[in-house]
Amino acid sequence: MEFYLYLALFSPLVGSLIAGLFGASKKTLFTGLITSALIFTSFVSSFMLLLHILGDGEPVHVEMMTWIATGNLYIPFGFIVDQVSVVMMMVVSLVSTVVHVYSIGYMDHDKSFNRFFSYLSAFVFSMMVLVMSDNFLGLFIGWEGVGLCSWLLIGFWYHKESATWAANEAFIMNRIADLAMLIGIFLVYWNTGSLQYHIAFPAFATLDSSTLLMIGIFLFIGAMGKSAQFPLHTWLADAMEGPTPVSALIHAATMVTAGVYLVVRANPLYDLIPDVGYFIASLGAFVAMFAASMALVNRDMKRIIAYSTLSQLGYMFVAAGLGAYWVALFHLMAHAFFKALLFLGAGNVMHAMDDELDPFKMGGLKKSMKWTWIMMTLASVALAGIWPLAGFFSKDLILEAAFVEHHYVLYTILLVTAFMTAFYSFRLVSLIFHGKERHKEYGFHPHEAYKFVLIAMSPLAILAVVAGFLFKGSYIEMVTTLLPATEYHLHSETTFWIMNIGTQLAVGFSIAFAYMKYENAKIDKKVESGFLYKLLINQYYIPYFYEEYLTKPYRELSSVAWKHVDLKVVDATVDMIANIFYETGEKTHVMQDGNLSTMLRWMVAGTALLLVLAVAFTVGYSVLVG
Amino acid sequence: MFEAVAFYLFAFLTVVMFSITVFTKQALYALTSLAAGMIFISAFYFILGADFLGAVQIIVYTGAVMALYAFAMMFFDTTRDVKEHTRSPQIVFLLGGMVALLIVIIFAVPIVSENITANYPVAEGVGNSQAVGIVLFTKYLVPFEVAAVMLLVAMVAGIVLAGKKMDHSLTLMEDEEIEFAEKSNEKAVS
Amino acid sequence: MEITLSHYLVLSTILFAIGLVGVMRRTNLLMLFFATEILLNAVNIGFAAISRYYGDLTGQMFAFFVIAIAASEVAVGLGLLILWFKRSGGIDLTSMTSMKG
Repeated sequence: MEFYLYLALFSPLVGSLIAGLFGASKKTLFTGLITSALIFTSFVSSFMLLLHILGDGEPVHVEMMTWIATGNLYIPFGFIVDQVSVVMMMVVSLVSTVVHVYSIGYMDHDKSFNRFFSYLSAFVFSMMVLVMSDNFLGLFIGWEGVGLCSWLLIGFWYHKESATWAANEAFIMNRIADLAMLIGIFLVYWNTGSLQYHIAFPAFATLDSSTLLMIGIFLFIGAMGKSAQFPLHTWLADAMEGPTPVSALIHAATMVTAGVYLVVRANPLYDLIPDVGYFIASLGAFVAMFAASMALVNRDMKRIIAYSTLSQLGYMFVAAGLGAYWVALFHLMAHAFFKALLFLGAGNVMHAMDDELDPFKMGGLKKSMKWTWIMMTLASVALAGIWPLAGFFSKDLILEAAFVEHHYVLYTILLVTAFMTAFYSFRLVSLIFHGKERHKEYGFHPHEAYKFVLIAMSPLAILAVVAGFLFKGSYIEMVTTLLPATEYHLHSETTFWIMNIGTQLAVGFSIAFAYMKYENAKIDKKVESGFLYKLLINQYYIPYFYEEYLTKPYRELSSVAWKHVDLKVVDATVDMIANIFYETGEKTHVMQDGNLSTMLRWMVAGTALLLVLAVAFTVGYSVLVG
Repeated sequence: MFEAVAFYLFAFLTVVMFSITVFTKQALYALTSLAAGMIFISAFYFILGADFLGAVQIIVYTGAVMALYAFAMMFFDTTRDVKEHTRSPQIVFLLGGMVALLIVIIFAVPIVSENITANYPVAEGVGNSQAVGIVLFTKYLVPFEVAAVMLLVAMVAGIVLAGKKMDHSLTLMEDEEIEFAEKSNEKAVS
Repeated sequence: MEITLSHYLVLSTILFAIGLVGVMRRTNLLMLFFATEILLNAVNIGFAAISRYYGDLTGQMFAFFVIAIAASEVAVGLGLLILWFKRSGGIDLTSMTSMKG
């Protein structure tokens, strides 16, 4: 089994290095093929490991080599494949295989084709390290690795100012959170003496609650950055500047869920501090609604999907915060499938519309892009949570969990958010695929994507449909051997049916409402001039607030520090030292009159001076010492 | 007692000889007194039991180095006084005296002088040629060989620098070129 | 009246000082060479004496290498001296001022 583990981990790296060798050269198709094949290898290996775990349930734990061993600190390059990480591995390798194949078609005309594949595979490797590591530091390495690859890929079209800006924003926001995460990791080491999960987690039980509270909060701040939770959420929407496959893989399916993974992985910690868990759940619920509300009015296709991702991450945090870790992980998995599919469909649409992002300029695309329409509709239905698609099973579980745990406020928020989700998803589908062909006015000639691209997307489409009812049973059985196996059953059958059918009907109603309202893409002037619309379209003025009250004062401060501290103090000091030597040289160069005799005299004078100093110090020392 | 007498005698002689070297105006006097001073210094080595070093001192300095200086002096007119116009000689003596004084003070300051007294009793037999040879060819073999190479290099350098027409290589020249060079040489002589 | 290490060191110092005076006083290059020889020899006496009084041959070895270096220095130095004499017709230090700063 170790062989499969190493294969799953390192084949993306090999692919990345091979593609990297040709990174600067022109497009060569084989780099795309090789990386895709190697990622597929990784997927197959992960699958073998999954079968192994399903078989006898024995986690595969290896120590590749010693990494840091000094004093009491011992951190190996250790990897573990257990019930949790194998789920993540499956999700990561499956979605990335699809995205790699898809990218061969999507990046077809890009001149940095090879570079793209190198970055993408490097990302998969980092993500594998993140999920497979058996200690916090390895997780952190993967964490930073995905951050780096995310930066590289958001800013992939670096000639675009907005892309580099977005890349830097994402990187800096993540850095802020990573600092907290690092502090959390230090605290773990400080208090338990180890960073390896199997040593650190049992040790948590012996710590006092305030320490645990600190560790839990700091680790969660790290998770907030990576999973773009409020108030560090602005980068995710801006990250849509990157190529669409990147958005699908990194900013929907895998990287942004790393925060959820961290909370799930650290479940022994969060079980001990239910207050932090409740905070996480509340924040998750808030973000779910907050992001969904922004998605309601946005006029940028990718941003709508990005806000939707944000909202779904909020759902996952609600589940994780309430202790329903397996539910969070299940929603993570289901969400990865349908959200990646949604993004890839959006990528097809973008290609067809020459990178146009405003859905109001589209419409009626279902004629020319039948398969994309079907797949995006499937993904949207799954996202909305209609029975029997994947979203129903995972999302309704979260709602049930909130209800059963008597957090009725959270439940209500999530329920309303579910209606909003249905509304904005189908607003998007309706605007893009239905109604009149408004794009004709703008002179677009939409065309369906390549066949192999559609075929590559099909596994995701199938999974978005069947992942719920097909896998739920075996998934629960497998994962709950590691995670707390709390069952969330309503007390009475009647409540269950009323809730479910009610939710389904309400969701169906909001879908119908979205269709009706946006079939003709009429822009309601009255709503647009309203306060609420302005608030939402400006993202609650949060980017404005950051710019106005954080960035600008900081820039002012930097400018003051530059002009008054750096120039007048630091630079002046350095210049002064240099000037002293310069002027001393100017004044004393007459000593060098070129006469060797004079120079020899100076030499002897120097010797005499040194001897005087030697005598003075010797005498002084002996006087002082005694 | 004998050691003390010998030490003071030779100390006096060396100081006088070297003073002559430094202060005389006649180049020949300077050379002669320097050679004499070198020989007197070898006497200290014999007193100290460093027989081999004493022998080397006489052979290398009084033999080789002095011969070299003597050859060099043949280039210059040695019958005339060496004309030197020394500027501000007071500074020279002041500096020289100061350095000497300071070093003596350093040796004389109690803590230093205590440290430089002998740690071990005077080892009998140390300094004979055999002991020197053993050390030289075991512990100091590499520096010894390097010193040998350095001397060789210095010798070649001295020849090249002082020799005439060292930029020509007879072995690399064609016959006509050698003849041409000879002819031009004859012309230059005549 | 025993001769101690200090006696030798003081003698070495005096000879070194004489050498220094010579180095500073002389402007004739050949005489300058003589003065440097005095400096080297003065140090050698110190080495030999320390070697004796510490019962360690290392001092003698150093003196030995100093002699080797002095010999090489004389060979190269005299070569340069002759070259300079041929070029300029004199070996006076005051004529060398090309290194004026």
